[in-house]
Amino acid sequence: MAVLRTFLYLLVYPGIVFLFAYSTFCEWFDRKLYARFQNRMGPTHTGRFGLLQPIADFFKLMAKEDIVPEAADKRLFSVLPAIGLAVVSTAGLLLPVWNFDLAVPSWTSFPGDIVVMLYLLSLPTLVIFLAAWSSTNLFSTIGGARVLTMLFGYEVPLFLAVLSPAILAGSWRLAEIAAFYQARPLLLLVNVLGFLVALVAVQAKLERTPFDIPDAETEIVGGTFTEFSGKKLALFRLTFDVELVVASGLLAAVFLGGFPGGAVLGFLQFVVKTLFVIFLLSLMRALTGRIRIDQVISFAWKVLTPLAVLQLLATILLKGFVS
Amino acid sequence: MSFKIPIGPQHPALKEPISLRMTVEGEVITDADIRLGYNHRGIEKLAEEKTWIQNIYLTERICGICSHSHATCFVQGVEKLMELVPPRRGLYIRYLVSELERVHSHLLWLGVAGHEAGFDSFFMYTWRDREIVMDLLEIISGNRVHYAINTVGGVRRDLDEGQKAKILEGVATLKKRSEYYFGIGANEPSFVARIAGVGMLSKEDAIALCAVGPVARASGVARDVRKEDPYAVYDELDFELCTADSCDVLGRVVVRIKELLESYKMIEQMVKGLPEGDIVVKAPRKAKPGETVSRYEAPRGGNIHYIKANGTDKPERLKVRAPTLANYPATVLMLKKGFIADIPLIFAAIDPCICCAERAVTLVTARSGEESVVRMSDLRRMALARSKNAPVKGNAVWPF
Repeated sequence: MAVLRTFLYLLVYPGIVFLFAYSTFCEWFDRKLYARFQNRMGPTHTGRFGLLQPIADFFKLMAKEDIVPEAADKRLFSVLPAIGLAVVSTAGLLLPVWNFDLAVPSWTSFPGDIVVMLYLLSLPTLVIFLAAWSSTNLFSTIGGARVLTMLFGYEVPLFLAVLSPAILAGSWRLAEIAAFYQARPLLLLVNVLGFLVALVAVQAKLERTPFDIPDAETEIVGGTFTEFSGKKLALFRLTFDVELVVASGLLAAVFLGGFPGGAVLGFLQFVVKTLFVIFLLSLMRALTGRIRIDQVISFAWKVLTPLAVLQLLATILLKGFVS
Repeated sequence: MSFKIPIGPQHPALKEPISLRMTVEGEVITDADIRLGYNHRGIEKLAEEKTWIQNIYLTERICGICSHSHATCFVQGVEKLMELVPPRRGLYIRYLVSELERVHSHLLWLGVAGHEAGFDSFFMYTWRDREIVMDLLEIISGNRVHYAINTVGGVRRDLDEGQKAKILEGVATLKKRSEYYFGIGANEPSFVARIAGVGMLSKEDAIALCAVGPVARASGVARDVRKEDPYAVYDELDFELCTADSCDVLGRVVVRIKELLESYKMIEQMVKGLPEGDIVVKAPRKAKPGETVSRYEAPRGGNIHYIKANGTDKPERLKVRAPTLANYPATVLMLKKGFIADIPLIFAAIDPCICCAERAVTLVTARSGEESVVRMSDLRRMALARSKNAPVKGNAVWPF
């Protein structure tokens, strides 16, 4: 029975089936918002309000011809999309929405899971870099170099910003951090600065405007994914969708008080809060233009990191003051 | 590590085929080379075989954006050769369409600049508003792209009161929106960070390399055919020559938006002061032998047509110098020392119309990179031999 439950957990809810459905819904939400911000319609035809458009896109891509360049490292090139998706889906399992039982640490909720989650969210960047590098295309190579360059910019502020609420809560377990802030909602206000920093860093991690530099269409064609097509491209796109859900779920768990209220109410909170984070990310995407890679680095180190450090300092001081 | 990246002939940043060969070191461009000839259509040769009237429609098809510019430039020259004086009302309508075309071209360019900088919201908004002016052009001429309103000796369609009211109404809306875009284009931090200080072209270089249009004006060179050598109605209109002295892409954005506002002013003046009378005079079928140069300020800069007549109903020679061609030497200079990320922006900032500027083809052997001059008959023979005898083995390898 336990085996069956584990399989259900991994494959259906909150595993791959649920993540697929919810992440495609989030992609639709993001696309629709982005389109409405730009005075466009967005997806309308497939399904009601175009809800099924991302799923249609996914299956269309799955059916397309899958080309592997002759010069590419074929094994690496083929296996990387699956690894990327696996990594972000694993990170999705750690969200505290489906393991709300605080008393029982399990293999999906344990002290230190916030660090594991941040680690799992960093891995796709390396996967994308390797994918770009292994495809040997000139544009991909430039894109891959940009992916890594950007990683050095946003990763530090993201870690600092996400870990400072954890320090205030005095726990490295997502469920406990969320429970701490549910008990003291006013303390959430302390972390507003960190939330903003983390939003910008997540935007950069997801390679969305203004940080869509690694796949800047007008500069380096498809960038990192120039050589990817068919199933592999579909999996990479799904990876980004799932990463969007997981990253916004992480921000909601850490900065917006988590998802209290048991299975049903907690799930509703999860939906509302992740969509709120995605709304902010879409707004940022619509309001800005793409900046240059050197501007990203200087912005990350001159603005984001000092702000994140400030947040950390404030948290530590407050913690000392309170205790 | 220095390597070459090929931008084009097929590339998402380019809407038409051209090859920009960039030598880059890391993200910095050290050398740039522009290769033309992918879109050569032999229009100048074709013009020698068509009559004066037919050629209006041919020259209109030199460009899709500034179609009216080429047709007007040609018609101006032919009228000079035939010693025709078009009626005032006809001229007003002709240059009203000119200014509306400038509006649509500049709005289109603003959108493209936004898109190249990854600022897609700006792109969507400006293109939405471009529809207003496209509709106005359709109201006037019946067409959205090739207006076909010019004819030798005047224009083909008149304006009525309803159309005039619609134009004024549309222009009033556009004026408000353009002022808003001026605010965004010059203030939105992420956009300005991308375009300020990018693609520098000093005033001296702009003059030395014969830059034209908004590129020259953004470098502080006050050069505009409408002001320097006012043709037709422009000496009666009240407008200002827009320049900027920042010498970069930001300057080119500012100059174009200012020109938009000036164009709205001119359109209002022309619609309100539209004289009464005929719109066209009858033109002779043939032109006396002679030659003429016609200058016209297209949205992209000075457009020059050289026309030679030999007394028949066809031109002996038509030479077109499109503004884009004049801006290429300056572009190579602007690209050097830039970042890879700036290539599309700098190149787009001259508002390139590639097929306008195609006047020749280079024949390059794909495998060796060797250039050669071949007669058309020889080329045909080679093509037949190749398709008959040698089955194609693998794809041609790019010379790099």
